[in-house]
This record gives sequence, structure tokens and C-alpha cells, in this order.
Amino acid sequence: MAYSKKLIDHYENPKNVGSLNKESKDVGTGLVGAPACGDVMKLQIKVNEQSGVIEDAKFKTFGCGSAIASSSLITEWVKGKKIEEANSIKNTEIANHLALPPVKIHCSILAEDAIKAAIDDYKNKNKK
Amino acid sequence: MIKNIYFDYQATTPVDPRVLKKMMPFFGEIYGNPHSRNHSYGWEAEAGVELAREQVASLINANPKEIIFTSGATESNNLAIKGLADFYGDKKKHIITCVTEHKCVLESCRHLSEKGFKITYLPVNSDGLIDLEILKKSITKETMLVSIMGVHNEIGVIQPLKDIGKLCRDNGVFFHTDCAQAIGKIPLDVDKMNIDLMSISGHKIYAPKGIGALYVRRKPRVRISAMINGGGQERGMRSGTLSPALCVGLGEACKIYSKEMDLEDKKLTKLKNLMLSGIRKECDDIYLNGSETKRVPGNLNLSFAYVEGESLMMGIKNLAVSSGSACTSASLEPSYVLKALGVEEELAHTSLRIGLGRFTTENDVKNAVKQIVNEVQRLRALSPLWEMAQEGIDISKIKWAAH
Repeated sequence: MAYSKKLIDHYENPKNVGSLNKESKDVGTGLVGAPACGDVMKLQIKVNEQSGVIEDAKFKTFGCGSAIASSSLITEWVKGKKIEEANSIKNTEIANHLALPPVKIHCSILAEDAIKAAIDDYKNKNKK
Repeated sequence: MIKNIYFDYQATTPVDPRVLKKMMPFFGEIYGNPHSRNHSYGWEAEAGVELAREQVASLINANPKEIIFTSGATESNNLAIKGLADFYGDKKKHIITCVTEHKCVLESCRHLSEKGFKITYLPVNSDGLIDLEILKKSITKETMLVSIMGVHNEIGVIQPLKDIGKLCRDNGVFFHTDCAQAIGKIPLDVDKMNIDLMSISGHKIYAPKGIGALYVRRKPRVRISAMINGGGQERGMRSGTLSPALCVGLGEACKIYSKEMDLEDKKLTKLKNLMLSGIRKECDDIYLNGSETKRVPGNLNLSFAYVEGESLMMGIKNLAVSSGSACTSASLEPSYVLKALGVEEELAHTSLRIGLGRFTTENDVKNAVKQIVNEVQRLRALSPLWEMAQEGIDISKIKWAAH
């Protein structure tokens, strides 16, 4: 399978690998996928409580190169965005940017699910 | 530029230069039709084919007259199973095979099941081997054939051919074995093992693609109906003009194994140990799929826990390895073979098949170990599952949403 340069670059030099303290109140964690399906993504965001801006994002992914690239890309995209903006990122934008082959579209869907789950987790923690 | 290294000897092998050398005249000056009986052109070509037939027969202790040349093991398996079913099917309509057989055996059986045959698919133990007791219990008066492969293409395990053969002979059941991956790798003796039909492939043993053979026992006689009808070549069992060059290639490849099987086995055992210990020295949680002891040294099917196989392959892009059989490498599903062994799906997703062969060097192995270890460590640092395992979280206890 031939992959795009952008995809290979994110796979070989992934951005924002790591973990944030999941117990921290300003951190939202999304864990999606399943080991039995061959994909698990953990995506975390650190949100500025005053401005609602995502100040930091980290990920770890078990999955194919496309899954790793999709999660790396989305962490780049959400940094500096308000959570509402981040929540509206569509999987098709990721798929187009990385030129994912059709059989790998589910990786971009997983990345979208992951950011949504992280935002939900943050919101739940900070319910007024 | 890092050089590519071939580690996919179960998918196919390069042609041995010694084999190619013997073949070349049959692409040039010796161009007669080996079935032409009335001139020297034909006789010369025929002599090449008949010598090759002897060389193939000799490697498995058969009579040359029992060797039928085909296009490869897929054709041989089809011919053996369907040909036998066509000839004896009106009397007996039960076939026993195994869930981990090659697709061409499983599909031939499925085809026959649509024509009224009953097929029993034997399970395998966690080591990939069949249970002889279950086989014994599965044999009925209706059973026509047992078809079990010799050495497994994906996991390299060696089935107990001699025991299976004895059980079949005692019960008056034909025994066919797909030995595409077994021939040259383990000693085979059609008499001692009571084998009635054996499929052989050229391109797994350093002969070209497009040639194979089927051994068909003459005493006691085994009859099969031809699948390809025509001029009655190959004793009527497989019509069509043979390619002397390809036959000669297969013959020479068998001759080489007749002399060098032990030597190659020793060399590959050493390289396999080097590979496995090299990886395990640096990485924990590396699992060998299939029996540790009853396997050929050229096959290492490994699960790299917490690292997805496809991403690992992408990382070691200079190493030509496989995530399973070449036939199913386009699919995202984990291997049906590993599933049959009871390998958990999450572990099956982390599996790679590393094939060692005649032209693998110690340097190749050392180079591969270095790349594999680097990549496994890098990807584990990226893996949320590895992180959880390090924190002592039991991954199986988490409620995952299947997608």
C-alpha cells in the first residue's frame, strides 16, 4: 500500500506523543477503539479554564500507521483551538489531509471519536 | 540507503542459481515437445523431464511413475481432493481436513460440500497440531479422505504425518498431504508415512513459480479423475504439454535437498535461535505462535504484544516480512490460523511471520534484530496498551467498545 508523504512523516515523527495527568481537573481523556479490533487511541487535552482553549494535547495509539498518523495530526490541529472548534473537526478533513486509502478511513473516524471523548470527559469533570 | 532484506521464504523463494543453470538449455537449444515420440528433439526434452521426475520421486522415496507434474501446489491440492472425490465419491462421501489448512484445500472441500460431500474440519490444539484422538473418532465408514498438511505455511508447525498415515491406512481411508512447505524441510517417506497423495510446490523450494507435482500412489493403487482433459499426458491424470524447463528446475531443486537438507536445517536452526534470542534479549512479551519444538526452523511467527503488526511492518520497511500468508495479506482481519490456535485477537493483531531461508545470512539476521528491536521499543512507547500494562492495568478487564 502506498501512503502519502504527510502520513509517513506523522508515522515516523509523531507529534505530541505522551500522557497528561488524567486525574487533573483541566485534563480530558478519551480512550477509544478496542485491542481486539487492532486499534486503540488515547487522546488527552489540557484546557485553559478561563478561555476554553486547548493548551496542550497528547496521544498514544496502538494501531496501524494510519491510526498513529491520524492521532498525531489531530493533536496538532486541536492545540490552540477552543473546545467547541475542536469538537467540530470532521474525520473527512483528517482523511483528506493524510490521503488515507479507503480501507483506512476508520482510523480518521477513530481520531474524531477520540477528541470528542476527551472533550466529553473534560466537560463532565467540570460540570458547574 | 538501507538495503532490503528478504524474510518471506514461506511466500516464495528465489530460484537457486544452480537450478536456473540446469533449466537454461531447456529455454534454448532443447526446445522439443517432451511428448513427441518420433524424433530426437522430443526425446531430449523428455529425458530432462524424466530425470526430473526421478529426482522428485527420490526425495520422498516414491517411484517416478507416481509423480505427476502440475502447475503448483494449488493445482495439486485441487486435483488430489476433487479428483479423488470424483472417482470414489459415489461410494464414500466424507472428507476430513483441518481448520488451519491452506485456502486451496479448504475451498476445494467447500466446493465438494456443495456437491453433497460431508466435510469435517478438525480443530487444532494451541500448538497448532491436530489431536489424533479427535481424528480417530472422526473417521467413519463413509470417510473417503483425510487431508492434512505437512508443515504449516503460516506457523511452521509439523503435523504427525506418520501417525496420521497409519490411522488412515488401518481404516482404509486415503491420506492426502499438502507438503508445499514440508518438502526439503523435513524428511518425507511416502511408504513409511503411508501417504497416498502428496502435493509439492516448486517455488517454495528454490525452483520457479508455475511448477509443482502431485504424488499419486500406485501400490495399492489410488485413482483420481483428471481435472484437465486433453492429450492424456501424465498418465491421463493431467493433460497438457509439460514445460521441460520448469520440470527440470523442480527436479534439480529436489536433488539439492536430497543432499543438503540436514545442512540447511542446521544453518536455519542457528539463524532462528539468533533471531529469537536477539529480539527477546531486548524486548519482553514476545510470543512464538505454534509449537516450540515441532516446527521447521525457517518459520518464526511472532506476536509482539502491544504493538500492532501492520505498524511494525511499516517501521521495518526494509525487512520483507509478512503479517500472515501472502494470499490474505491485503485483509485487515487477523489470521484465521492464529484464531484457530486460540491466540486472542488482540495478540493476533500484533503478529508477524519472519521467514528464513537458504540465502539468509547471519548479518541479515543481526541487522533485522536491530531494526525490529528499535521499532518495537519505539512503538511500545507510543502504545496506550503498553502504558496500561506497565501501570498494572489488566487490559482484558476494560470494557472496550468494538468498532
